[in-house]
Amino acid sequence: MNKIILILQREYLTRVKKKSFIIMTILGPILMAAMIILPTYIADWSESTEKRVAVLDETGWFLEKFKEQDNISFYHVYEGLELEKDGALYERGDMLLYIPLPELNVPVNAQLFSTKQPGLSVTAYIKSVMRQEVENRKLLASGIDPELIKAAKAKINLATIRVDEEGIETKSNTEVEVGLAIFAGIMIYFFIFMFGVQVLKGVMEEKSSRIVEVIISSVKPFQLMMGKIIGIALVGLTQFLLWIVLTGIFLLIFQFGFMGDGGLDLLNQQNQLMQQSGEAGMDKFMLITEVLDGTNFTVMIFGFLFYFLGGYLLYASLFAAIGGAVDQDADTQQFMMPVSIPLIFSIAMSGVIINQPDGALSVWLSMIPFTSPIIMMMRIPFGVPLWQLWTSMALLILGFIGSTWIAGKIYRTGILMYGKKVGYLEIWKWIRG
Amino acid sequence: MPALQTINVSKSYGKFKALDKVSIEVGKQSIFGLLGPNGAGKTTLIRIINMISVMDEGQILLNGKAIKQSDIRNIGYLPEERGLYKKMKVGEQAIYLAQLKGLSKQDAIKRLKYWFEKFEIDSWWNKKVEELSKGMQQKIQFIATVLHQPKLLIFDEPFSGFDPINVNLLKDEILQLRDDGATIIFSTHNMASVEELCDHIALIDNSKTILSGEINEIKNRFKANIFEVVYHKQSELSLPAGHFEIVDTKEERGTQISQIRILNGNKPNDLLKQILPTSEVVSFKEMLPSMNDIFIQQVNSKEGRS
Repeated sequence: MNKIILILQREYLTRVKKKSFIIMTILGPILMAAMIILPTYIADWSESTEKRVAVLDETGWFLEKFKEQDNISFYHVYEGLELEKDGALYERGDMLLYIPLPELNVPVNAQLFSTKQPGLSVTAYIKSVMRQEVENRKLLASGIDPELIKAAKAKINLATIRVDEEGIETKSNTEVEVGLAIFAGIMIYFFIFMFGVQVLKGVMEEKSSRIVEVIISSVKPFQLMMGKIIGIALVGLTQFLLWIVLTGIFLLIFQFGFMGDGGLDLLNQQNQLMQQSGEAGMDKFMLITEVLDGTNFTVMIFGFLFYFLGGYLLYASLFAAIGGAVDQDADTQQFMMPVSIPLIFSIAMSGVIINQPDGALSVWLSMIPFTSPIIMMMRIPFGVPLWQLWTSMALLILGFIGSTWIAGKIYRTGILMYGKKVGYLEIWKWIRG
Repeated sequence: MPALQTINVSKSYGKFKALDKVSIEVGKQSIFGLLGPNGAGKTTLIRIINMISVMDEGQILLNGKAIKQSDIRNIGYLPEERGLYKKMKVGEQAIYLAQLKGLSKQDAIKRLKYWFEKFEIDSWWNKKVEELSKGMQQKIQFIATVLHQPKLLIFDEPFSGFDPINVNLLKDEILQLRDDGATIIFSTHNMASVEELCDHIALIDNSKTILSGEINEIKNRFKANIFEVVYHKQSELSLPAGHFEIVDTKEERGTQISQIRILNGNKPNDLLKQILPTSEVVSFKEMLPSMNDIFIQQVNSKEGRS
């Protein structure tokens, strides 16, 4: 055990001290902060034109509740849906918010018709107004019992429906959930590959520099493999945590920029320049935060860490086995392909998963350990039943225990084989032997 | 009691038999030469002793007891395929390897300083390994092997990559280590170094031990009753046929050097009696076969038979 710690210490320290690690650690958050801030700016510029929303409220709950915003205005209409749709969309070029009479007694579903992408600020504002109103009414009806306040929490499903010139309706993907889902999926994919390949390269380096036999005369091959895998996992976690912290800091800096706090002299000049767009920008920022509040961040972060680690351990052990089995860089290809296919497949499936996060295919793919890290991360923003989450996690744990066991067998035979091109049959013998 | 004993150790890789009932005995504080052509099974045997590979059958006794994983820290192993992390600094790396052998960091540094001074390589401490030549790297590897003062040392081809000066330096170190109490197994193709260093040898060929024993005893076993006589030639040497046979003769700066095989139970003195009346003998000695000759002869004859 002591020796595993020595090994992972070396793996960790040599990597963390590398220039490429430091550069990545600083560059990542800058890009990430830019990715969050820039769309707000761009949305800000594109949304500077006045938007008008016709509200067809069959419930009558929300009359006069939608207040005039910076560049959104609301007005109520009262005729039938088809009639008002034509009027609002084609005659006046506005959007139509349709709140139908609910089947049960609380209106929680609404539809937003638009000829263009309605934009984040519009949907977020409508959602927050509706949620507040519904929650207020529930609270009023319930009295001030904390249990009841908790029970009165409501979630608004606002389906935005895009209507083209022919009047064909398609669901449009402006939802923050989708963004989060894709982002989380790609991050997992990226992390598994980036650090998995580091394991592969590390094993190959030890093999080709011929140090491996020197080391395994002191430690067991399995210890060497696990030390390397865990050491690199810690590098990944370090980078991930630094990214979160640094992104937070960069965002804070931006946020101060938007607020124009007089106390910050350095930012004053910039603030004056941005004064007009700045305030609107802050509004957007708060709106995004509001939307993000709807998704469960604890589950997201915990899920991300778990699936990153689980997926990484599963794949890294297989990468370690490949590194141990092959002699030359060129030979890795034939083994890398089948191992990476589930990962690439998961990313390719993202469209399907996001359209039907609770569909049978999504559920199955989020259970299979080879695809679950990416697929489950894509499902989490949309809400996943707890039993599915636990099952998927348990299966992933079993998955990486199994893969590590098999990889250990391939690795310990492979690392001492030089000058021999290995095939699948040969590897099968190692696993059995 | 021998320091290390392998009893009927066998190992197969699929259908290929790498070791077939190999038994060797390595005496305490001795240098044991493990010889054999390429692919004979030496490295396999060494890996089994180090518990890197697992034997199929047989027993390995270390000081009379079956070897355990915890004994590994008392073995120093310099593998034939050896290297270092190229990007790591020399000192850092040496400390790391020593720590893996169970030394504390302070002990490692203290002992490394001693060896680095002894080999006069202190200035390498902060260099990256990739800046060193192959021979320099070999020195570091040698130090890393002996640093934890193991009771049993196993060197696989220790001299490859060294220049003659460093080969001598290393030989002296190996002898010194033995005199300090270590038992040394050492595998090589270099027969000259075997004659110089080894007390006992075992010759492995085609996965079997075909020859083993004390080195002088083996030489005597393979001697061909050939004597070398150096003499001043006064008249032609005539030896009775059937009793002596001149294998080779040549003249060198006025003296005659002849190699003569003694046949039919004659004694060396009988040969001298034949020569003395006609010539003045300068020297007379028995020709023992070199390890090189024995090696080649044994391996060829075994292979010829199969």
